[in-house]
Amino acid sequence: MVLEKKNLLSIKDLKKEEIQYVLELAESFREVSTRDIKKIPTLRGRTIVNLFIEPSTRTRTSFELAAKRLSADVVNISAKGSSLVKGESLKDTAKTIEALGADAVIIRHSSAGAAIFFAENVKCKVINAGDGAHEHPTQALLDLYTIKEKLGRINDLNVGIIGDIAHSRVARSNISVLNKMGAKVTLIAPPTLIPVKIEAMGAEVAYDFDRVIGKFDVIYMLRIQTERQNESLFPSIREYAKLFGLNLERLKKAKKDVLIMHPGPMNRGIEISSEVADIPQTVAAEQVTNGLGIRMAVLYLLLGGGAVGEVAV
Amino acid sequence: MNEMKFAKKKLIMDEVSIKRALKRVAHEIVEKNRGAEDVALIGIKSRGIYLAHRLTKYIEEIEEKSVPVGILDVAFYRDDISKRPIPHHISKTEIPFDVSGKSIVLIDDVLFTGRTVRAALDAVMDFGRPANIQLAVLVDRGHRELPIRADFVGKNIPTSVDERVWVNLKEEDGVDSVDIREDIN
Repeated sequence: MVLEKKNLLSIKDLKKEEIQYVLELAESFREVSTRDIKKIPTLRGRTIVNLFIEPSTRTRTSFELAAKRLSADVVNISAKGSSLVKGESLKDTAKTIEALGADAVIIRHSSAGAAIFFAENVKCKVINAGDGAHEHPTQALLDLYTIKEKLGRINDLNVGIIGDIAHSRVARSNISVLNKMGAKVTLIAPPTLIPVKIEAMGAEVAYDFDRVIGKFDVIYMLRIQTERQNESLFPSIREYAKLFGLNLERLKKAKKDVLIMHPGPMNRGIEISSEVADIPQTVAAEQVTNGLGIRMAVLYLLLGGGAVGEVAV
Repeated sequence: MNEMKFAKKKLIMDEVSIKRALKRVAHEIVEKNRGAEDVALIGIKSRGIYLAHRLTKYIEEIEEKSVPVGILDVAFYRDDISKRPIPHHISKTEIPFDVSGKSIVLIDDVLFTGRTVRAALDAVMDFGRPANIQLAVLVDRGHRELPIRADFVGKNIPTSVDERVWVNLKEEDGVDSVDIREDIN
């Protein structure tokens, strides 16, 4: 199968059957990470640039490991220590990376649309690893994989996404992909953290977590971005934790086998209590593990194949 | 579409001759390895997997001991990876035993250029260090592009490069047969 789009900038770039193929491939690639020698020669000779203008541990490490397990050469560029601090524009960075002969660029940037802008300025493949509050497509894919692995299906599931929807690219990509695969999404947050017209993406909105918690098959807790607290979007962290945090007491009202997810990094004691973070139903660590297989699959799909019909033996 | 491209067909093996050939190969594997101790089979997807399962059954009949079977998809190891489109389906590689110290018999349906086997050798080595690796194929059709040969061959079929050898197996195709189709294009 060849992907229709050459880049992965938004989860909307992928058709339903392409998403299913990514999940299937991720299963094959996950096996590689269980071997003695965790490396396959699939992308030997390809160069991948990890351009992370915004800080990240898990996504950057995950992409780097994924590329290395496929035998690609990986170059990491972060804002600090690059010419970006000298005032180089993103466009010139793109030109420079292109001139060095990269086959793909994985970009994380604090501005929405940065990945699209970047892709318009280079001929190589571009993968969006999170751009502002816009999209984080590989996160949505790994979440989908985790749900499917744990619950066996996506269709007809009730998924609650709780937290800072307004600033969350994870929420946007997840709403989009969950809808496409047939799940029902409910967003729960204080009104100030719910963007206007978010319902148009195909999600319901609720403000009382306790009243709706019972219907969910999956509870997806988003990180409260404490660095944005000076915007005073809600009265206090304590009040937020009391009304919207997931603790053992609140969990009693949920389905017994509800799946609890978190994209990390977690704020223990704010959106999720430390006890809940450590119960087996909480699969944050599995999400990270699954991310590796998903990213290997995405890199392979974008960089691995030749043109259609080139060789047919 | 393929039916049209390769119009002329010549039947080379039928159900009975495939069964005889595989039984003989099973005997040869046991003979060469002086039993089935420390022998493991790895089928190369997709028809090699079915052949591996048949062979382990025959070996069990001979030795009253079953040998473990693994499956391998060499898609990620091919040397033409950047020249061909990404396949529609990739099987999950499953090797449920430790290959180190074992006599591994790779199983495939057709041996042609040897490139699939080359990829399979690399893949198996990534799982550990076998005592030795052998190769069993149902059909050897010649035209090697690499210095690779089979230890066990069901049938040698001289072919021209333009011909295609088609192996049908019940598990996937509903019938057991091997035929040659001439490329009329």
